Amino acid sequence: MIRVEGVGKSFAQRDGVVYTALEDISFEVGRGEFVSILGPSGCGKSTLLNLVAGLERTDRGRVVAGGKEISAPGPDRIVVFQDHALFPWLTVLENVAFGLKQKGMKKKERRERAMEQIRTVHLSKFADRYPHELSGGMKQRVAIARALVMDPEILLMDEPFAALDEQTRLLLHKELEQIWMHTRKTILFITHNIREAVMLSDRVLVMSTRPGRIKKEYRVQAARPREPDDSVLRHIESRIMESLAAELEKVAKEEYGSDYGLENRALSHPAAAHLGDGI
Amino acid sequence: MDWGWRFPSALQTVRAFYDGIANGQLLEATFSSLRRILIAFAVSCAIGTTLGVLFARHRTLDETIGFAVVALQTVPSIAWLPFAIIWFGLNDFAVIFITTIGATWTMTIACRSGIKNIPPIYLKSAQMFGTRRGPSTFFQVMLPAAIPQLITGMRMAWAFAWRALVSGELIARGIGLGQMLEEGRSLGDTSLMLCIVLVIAILGTISDHLVFKRIEDRVWMQYGLKAAKT
Ligand SMILES: Nc1ncnc2c1ncn2[C@@H]1O[C@H](COP(=O)(O)OP(=O)(O)OP(=O)(O)O)[C@@H](O)[C@H]1O
Ligand SMILES: [Mg+2]
Repeated sequence: MIRVEGVGKSFAQRDGVVYTALEDISFEVGRGEFVSILGPSGCGKSTLLNLVAGLERTDRGRVVAGGKEISAPGPDRIVVFQDHALFPWLTVLENVAFGLKQKGMKKKERRERAMEQIRTVHLSKFADRYPHELSGGMKQRVAIARALVMDPEILLMDEPFAALDEQTRLLLHKELEQIWMHTRKTILFITHNIREAVMLSDRVLVMSTRPGRIKKEYRVQAARPREPDDSVLRHIESRIMESLAAELEKVAKEEYGSDYGLENRALSHPAAAHLGDGI
Repeated sequence: MDWGWRFPSALQTVRAFYDGIANGQLLEATFSSLRRILIAFAVSCAIGTTLGVLFARHRTLDETIGFAVVALQTVPSIAWLPFAIIWFGLNDFAVIFITTIGATWTMTIACRSGIKNIPPIYLKSAQMFGTRRGPSTFFQVMLPAAIPQLITGMRMAWAFAWRALVSGELIARGIGLGQMLEEGRSLGDTSLMLCIVLVIAILGTISDHLVFKRIEDRVWMQYGLKAAKT
């Protein structure tokens, strides 16, 4: 369904030096598969997602989705952005109906469809509110409804729950899993949270940083709906933590430079429970 | 020299106000001033928005005429009055003309920066949801996204228009607050003059605070922006 073939992306920095954000990335996401991309901050996850969305162009390699090489954003690949990107001048209902309007759908029909989708994210009572009147979690649910109502073949999610508190996030994980089990969309999900990646996905691709590469792949073969204390999940989680610890060390060294000595020991201890949150 | 009559007392000023209301002159002057400023304001919003959009969208226009507009904005609008008098005479039209000029450049610049500062993510989402380029994107995304800046621009434009209006009316013939102020001067009626000045101040404050600032605050809040002004 999505095929990323040897993709690379570089940015010209202000000092003229070219920074390679992504290098030789290749992977596939099958139809109806839920795949997460996991990596430390700044490793190029958003860049990769933007390439798949068509919001940016690749420098090397290509991205194929639905049999076509991607060159521009389109309604078959809808992104749920990290900061929701809802239109503040439209109500929840109008935001969700926006894409349908672009398709030329009649007002009555698009309102009905939008309402139906808003119901699936449990926001019927808030359909006439403006985004600024909603909590962060609600806005994110509207963004999901706005994406789903388009019935896209592919859903691209860029850390959609990163800014939320733990309880809300868990709730939305459940909702998203339900929605996915119902609709069987192809989902590419970006996160820096190991727990989240393991809980939701069929496969987790772990990225390394500077330049961004796919480092390892983990298949998560646990029963759905997933239970948080599933031993399979716990096991994979700790394996991913181990491999990420090395990556973290690299990032920390570059960011803290010579001040890094003290933290060194704590970070290289993969069993440390808090590691997952800090990435 | 007797300075007494040059500084009107509060009582005299209130009397002048009462007389002005009673004989209808003050109300008439206020209405014709308001009529002028509303016409000028509407015209300058229309021209300013159009120019602003053009400058924001076309680089070459922006770097040539756009630059000239920034220069024009620094010219006090009363400086155009001699031209207006030669072109149109000392009439209503001349006053409306310079009032329009006084507000147009500000509106143009506000609209230009409003369109230029639209968060790219709105345009990207619109494209992703299949919004066609051209008018479709302009009316559904760009214009609404620029509304906060447009409102702020209107508020400033109104303040500029108000200043230009009074200075124009002081010189032009006809009926209006500025003319009445000038009339007070020629009669040596300082209480009438002070009364007019107060009316101008009050009308300006009311229109700014009760109309523009309210709308501005509401819109900026809705858009999740923090207005860094008072
Ligand atoms: N437009 C740009 N110009 C220059 N450098 C950029 C640009 N966009 C991204 N980068 C760089 O590319 C790298 C990857 O950025 P990206 O936003 O993809 O990271 P990320 O993995 O999504 O991080 P986070 O988890 O913090 O969102 C960063 O080092 C960033 O500085
Ligand atoms: Mg990111």
